[in-house]
Amino acid sequence: MSQTNDNSALQATGLTKIYGSGHTEVVAVRDAAVQVKRGEIVALLGPSGGGKTTLLTMLGLIRSPNTGQITINGTLVFDNHQPKVNVRRFRRQNLGFVFQKANLIPFLTAAENIRLAMEIDDQPARASRKRATELLEYLGVAERAQNLPSMLSGGEQQRVAVARALANRPSVLLADEPTAALDSMRGRQVMELFRKVAHEQNAGVIVVTHDHRMLDLFDRILEMEDGILTQQQKESGNY
Amino acid sequence: MNLAIKDIQHNIGRFLLTTFGIGMLLMLVMGMGGIYRGLVEDATLLVERIGADLWVVQKNTRGPFAEISRIPRTLEDRISTVSGVLSSHAFISHTVQRSYKNKPLRLTIQGLSWPGDRGQWFPIVAGRGLEQAHYELVADKSSGLQPGDKLPLGKNIFTVVGLTKGMTSASGDSMAFVTLLDAQAVQFDLPPEAIRIERTARVNRLYDNDLGRIQPQLNERAAGLSSGIPALGTSMVSAVLVSVAPGYSIEAVAKHIGLWPDVSVFSKDGQKELLLRGAVDRARRQLGLFRALLIIVSAIIMALILYTLTLDKLHDIAMLKLIGARNSVILGLIMQQALLLGAIGYCVAYVLGQWIFPYFPRRVLLVQNDLYSLAFIVFVISILASLLGIWRAMRADPSEVLS
Repeated sequence: MSQTNDNSALQATGLTKIYGSGHTEVVAVRDAAVQVKRGEIVALLGPSGGGKTTLLTMLGLIRSPNTGQITINGTLVFDNHQPKVNVRRFRRQNLGFVFQKANLIPFLTAAENIRLAMEIDDQPARASRKRATELLEYLGVAERAQNLPSMLSGGEQQRVAVARALANRPSVLLADEPTAALDSMRGRQVMELFRKVAHEQNAGVIVVTHDHRMLDLFDRILEMEDGILTQQQKESGNY
Repeated sequence: MNLAIKDIQHNIGRFLLTTFGIGMLLMLVMGMGGIYRGLVEDATLLVERIGADLWVVQKNTRGPFAEISRIPRTLEDRISTVSGVLSSHAFISHTVQRSYKNKPLRLTIQGLSWPGDRGQWFPIVAGRGLEQAHYELVADKSSGLQPGDKLPLGKNIFTVVGLTKGMTSASGDSMAFVTLLDAQAVQFDLPPEAIRIERTARVNRLYDNDLGRIQPQLNERAAGLSSGIPALGTSMVSAVLVSVAPGYSIEAVAKHIGLWPDVSVFSKDGQKELLLRGAVDRARRQLGLFRALLIIVSAIIMALILYTLTLDKLHDIAMLKLIGARNSVILGLIMQQALLLGAIGYCVAYVLGQWIFPYFPRRVLLVQNDLYSLAFIVFVISILASLLGIWRAMRADPSEVLS
């Protein structure tokens, strides 16, 4: 395990992911390089099937790359397909995920969903309760703490999902089309939340999105097409 | 936070219904074991309760339960003269089926060697024991008879004077206790016409040979009661029960009587062995095999239920993996639910069994050791059944959350 000491939350170089082999071989991501700093929010754009989700799953340590290196929070995690750390433990301590659907555990209340992320990391029950309450207040859904996900609106569920993603104070937050199931107003609210999280929680945030109306909220924009991360765009305000 | 309990609380209706189903299944397993034990208990009950040290039966037979045994009642007196014999009682056992109050009534009649044996060895739960030599009957409660009921048997009407509980024969029929003479009267009862024909035939046989011509007065006796003709011998019984006096060797007494050419002798354990290896052996083994099959079926059903429950949670399990939950968290979720399903199912089986088994036509005997064994088997089944679900859960890919 090697470590770097810069302000980088996430750094990946030469990432390639190939599905199948022989004549069925598909290169989903080709030689991608990504860097996200702490406190930075980055958008990942591109057409469907372009490789965005595959890239995100590699950065989220869900799928291993065929080639390339991934360094998170200064720790080399993947080096050419080989994990250098206990991936699942590293994931729960350093990464947060939010998806198009909130994917909350249906038999746990909003507060319990957040506590679960901490308790599986062996954090004391009292501390996890306190942190869950703080996060729910921070995200404006404190009054829904004891409600099951089925009793929450889509926007509320997504806020709880964000709270769960932030529970273990991750250095990187990955979001895959988190506003796709929301109307434009609530979608923008959630996206503003990500920006707030990036800046206030000092986390690097990557958000896959199709919604160009919200790009003003991002610090930087990446674009992906046919497996190639074509460019790191200029400042979002000029986009 | 216990995920297994939280999930159950969230789906309490489905869990309770599933548990009830498993409980019913386990009740069948429990009941099958109980019927097996009941069969063994019924088969050996009489031998155990009577408490005789030796059973003397017809030579080369395995009587009186495994096959018919006929020995003269006088054997009782012959045996009582053997050194070391404390007491000897004639014993008779046969089954009758009658219609009583428009319902079929099966009774295994046990003849007690009155007045020596008044049935002190069986428990009376209502009424009283036998107090006179004739026409009184003590029946088992399972027969449905009540004290005071009048039951015609043979040419006589018997009054039910008392009830026992749990006294059934190896075939599951209720026992009824009468005096030996009454039991013989019932067993050898013939219709009047049959008696008349037999007496006429006897007279004709006498006329046809020298004896009738030389001793004409025999002709008069031949037309009368059988007991009035010494040449016809005494009545027959099924066995003679022997109690050995303290200080004497049971084996030595058995060996002594066993040397007689007209009888066979069995110890109490030998008689029980005859019953278990003979009369009820096939039923016993069949029940045992059926019970084993039921256990296997229960294991398969539980495995499928747990597998289905796991499939329902696959998305949540993938999510748990995604947020970094250890395998032990997921394994615990499935295994705890499996154990709860098994444990609660077992309790449901026990409670339902206590309620339903008494209504079964044959005795269902729940023995503590069997209950412990079944509890252990259910525990092992729960663990094994959860393995299929765990195997599927372990294969769940965190990326399934994205789909």
